[in-house]
Amino acid sequence: MAELAEPARSAGETDYQRVERSPEFQDLRRRFRSFVFPLTALFLVWYFVYVLLANYAHDFMSIRLGGSAITVGLLFGLGQFVSTFVITMLYARWANQRFDAQADALRREIEGDDL
Amino acid sequence: MSAIATALPAGPAAPGTVVQAAAGTDVGNPAVNLSIFAAFVAVTLFVVLRASRQNKSAADFYAGGRSFTGPQNGTAIAGDYLSAASFLGICGAIAINGYDGFLYSIGFLVAWLVALLLVAELLRNTGKFTMADVLSFRLRERPVRMAAALATLLVVFFYLLAQMAGAGGLVALLLGVDSAAGISAVITVVGVLMILYVLVGGMKGTTWVQIIKAVLLIAGAAVMTIWVLSKFGFNLSALLQGAVDAAGEGGQSLLEPGRQYGATGLSKLSFLSLALALVLGTAGLPHVLMRFYTVPTAKEARRSVVWAIWLIGIFYLFTLVLGYGAGALVGPETINAAPGGVNSAAPLLAFALGGEILLGIIAAVAFATILAVVAGLTITAAASFSHDIYANVIKKGRVNPDAEVRIARWTVVVIGLVAIGGGVLAQKQNVAFLVALAFAVAASANLPTIVYSLFWKRFNTAGALWSIYGGLISCIVLIVFSPVVSGSETAMIPGADFDWFPLTNPGLVSIPLGFLLGIVGTLVSSEPPHPEKFAEMEVRSLTGAGAERATASH
Repeated sequence: MAELAEPARSAGETDYQRVERSPEFQDLRRRFRSFVFPLTALFLVWYFVYVLLANYAHDFMSIRLGGSAITVGLLFGLGQFVSTFVITMLYARWANQRFDAQADALRREIEGDDL
Repeated sequence: MSAIATALPAGPAAPGTVVQAAAGTDVGNPAVNLSIFAAFVAVTLFVVLRASRQNKSAADFYAGGRSFTGPQNGTAIAGDYLSAASFLGICGAIAINGYDGFLYSIGFLVAWLVALLLVAELLRNTGKFTMADVLSFRLRERPVRMAAALATLLVVFFYLLAQMAGAGGLVALLLGVDSAAGISAVITVVGVLMILYVLVGGMKGTTWVQIIKAVLLIAGAAVMTIWVLSKFGFNLSALLQGAVDAAGEGGQSLLEPGRQYGATGLSKLSFLSLALALVLGTAGLPHVLMRFYTVPTAKEARRSVVWAIWLIGIFYLFTLVLGYGAGALVGPETINAAPGGVNSAAPLLAFALGGEILLGIIAAVAFATILAVVAGLTITAAASFSHDIYANVIKKGRVNPDAEVRIARWTVVVIGLVAIGGGVLAQKQNVAFLVALAFAVAASANLPTIVYSLFWKRFNTAGALWSIYGGLISCIVLIVFSPVVSGSETAMIPGADFDWFPLTNPGLVSIPLGFLLGIVGTLVSSEPPHPEKFAEMEVRSLTGAGAERATASH
């Protein structure tokens, strides 16, 4: 872990703390959080917008589309399914293509160092 | 899940009406139902016996040797999650209450994103067998394990009771048994079979039962969905209109929100409370969390959740068609008059479509569903008791894994007996509030501590204890004083009147409280911080370094 050892080792610091302070790990964590946290906020807000509309905007959600029996509320509900599937695919793709390689590289360095 | 609260047999009906209704809707052939169910039991027992040959270590018994693939585990998660309440309850709720029933399935599905994004992989990387493993990673082990194990056992108990009592309700319709003794006998058979599966098969056997059941359930629902749609020229609008027409006066409201929950401001708040518990509960359900340990790596844990989301989402789309289909083809009056009440919507629809053979298949699938969910709950409770309470709290970790597994097996027997007893006693109870309560406890006691211990450096033991016990106690207290328990005719204790908390679900209060207490408890505690422990947890959770390895192969 030569390149990870750059930050000078202070007294009493464990190997994991040394890894935690390394720029590689800091970058990994920043990328994880900046992808996952906003996405979580997004789907929670969208879910509660939907629940609140169903609860308090009855007439709007009951509007029928062009003489059919399909209502605005039904479309919003199906929209929750679509958004869930889309977020799942986006996350899986991001994690598989971007995150895993970086995390694996760091893991190999740590385990190679026999922590 | 209290769509189903009003849906499931809420209280003892007058004896005469039950018999009459049973005679009036004498659908299907118990012999056909029984033989299809027996075939399922035979096949799964065979698989469980085969799977059990390599059950040696604790990792084998609790986590199936960590050797399942993502798709296998994802299917098992769907099998674990799509309980009888999901299948029968949501179909029935949509058939009777229309749009409001649909809202449940959405909460149950969106909740999986919390598990996917924030919990599954990090948990797999830092834990061993139970939720408490993650919490005790950097907090003081014994008190935190004890608290987490108690919360786990409580959630599992409520969930288990609901499943067992639901089994009783099903029997009335599907096997033509409607005496209390007959229903008790069937509950006992379900309990004994479940003990056998878990004892013999451990997590590996349980997982295979869940996989087989998930495939049968989703395939059965898919066939029925296509069948229903074909009757309406594959036109969703025509199907919805059919349900509205069959409902007669006021049928319009089937397509609009609020048919069940829109009555008053308080009922709307109850709904909001339930929606919160549903979306935050899933990622704190112990039997769901434990499934993440059955795969070899965090990447496979991710794949399992992705598979589970697709399977669960598609299944809930099927239930939308099946619910409105039951409304249109069977009609709400016939459904309400049937012995199983609202829960009989899906079986009655199967009978209307494909006669007694399809009914037999769907009935058998419904039983298989209960069996598989109950087995998953039992192994979770057994792991929590023997691994957390016995091995780590009582024996302080000085116990060999064989002894731990032996205790786990005994726990399985005890929990099986408790489930049978509870199921017999809870037969005529309003069972769905137990499931809603399980979700509320999971969201208020488990989720805050999991999230804080994974992401908040400062979080400490006091914070965890305040949050777990605070969430737990507030949930139970608010439920005891809610209209579910007293103060109305459909309550558990209809005569009494101590319902000062007006909502039917405690989530709106107890979940924010659980999160808040975690912060307050942390800040008032004088416990010194352990930056070295948090560093290890953070590095391991994100990189997978030092994670538990697979111990077996298939």
